[in-house]
Amino acid sequence: MLTLANYLSVSAVLFSVSVAGIFLNRKNVILLLMCIELMLLSVNFNFIAFSRFLGNTDGQIFVFFILTVAAAEAAIGLAILVVLFRSKRTINVEDLDVMKG
Amino acid sequence: MLIQMFFWSLAAVLLGASIGVITSRNPVFSALYLVLAFFTSAVMWLLIEAEFLAVVLVLVYVGAVMVLFLFVVMMIDINTEELRKGFTRFAPVGGFVALVVAVELITVFLVRNSGLPVLSNPPPHPEGYSNTKELGAVLYTEHVYAFELASFILLLAIIAAIVLTMRKRPGLKVQNIARQVAVRRQDRVRLVSMEAEKD
Repeated sequence: MLTLANYLSVSAVLFSVSVAGIFLNRKNVILLLMCIELMLLSVNFNFIAFSRFLGNTDGQIFVFFILTVAAAEAAIGLAILVVLFRSKRTINVEDLDVMKG
Repeated sequence: MLIQMFFWSLAAVLLGASIGVITSRNPVFSALYLVLAFFTSAVMWLLIEAEFLAVVLVLVYVGAVMVLFLFVVMMIDINTEELRKGFTRFAPVGGFVALVVAVELITVFLVRNSGLPVLSNPPPHPEGYSNTKELGAVLYTEHVYAFELASFILLLAIIAAIVLTMRKRPGLKVQNIARQVAVRRQDRVRLVSMEAEKD
């Protein structure tokens, strides 16, 4: 039978892969956004597994709201990205240093 | 036993897809691998009877968010070679940090007993049980304020995305409908009487 530890370990490995992704692709804003989506997915895994194995639906409600916020975040993030590309012709994080003191 | 094998093969697909997301040369492939990862997780959520959220994940993520990602990736033309500089240089650091994170997280729940009343083998829900109904029953009563706030956040996202990406281009040729409608005959038509020419 499936146990809580199975789900938690899959989610932990998924989270660490996305942390590695942020290190590897730290210049590409699109891939950074995708890694954040992966992190949110692994957190959702935890919530759903705990909800099932504690017999409590509150975790699933929380996942519902996380999905809502993540969708809003992706929409605004991509809109900012498009505006950025339109004005600077690049999405390289290293070129976006106009706020540097 | 069979279900466990199914679970681990799904987990392998999920990890392969997530590694594909972070190592692909082309961001389009990254987005498509992310779609695969979301699909696989939806199936894994079905395995622990979170049916509603599994369907929502496919609809919202695969159907909307990832399509948006693909739009943006294909719309802007980026030089991936320039962006991949330093990929190998940061690979050892990234791998090391990822390993530390994974080991820390896994030791937390393997070594330490959290004291939570975790069911080792929760019984499957009876026939006719509806996950959607159960979630709806608490979503619209107990969590109704959070639900309203979520709708407000979505409205905010719509407005923010439109305001950010809308642009006014000067010098664009547009019709002025009001002036077109308000035009009268004497503004445009001029009757000229002229002699017929003879040659």
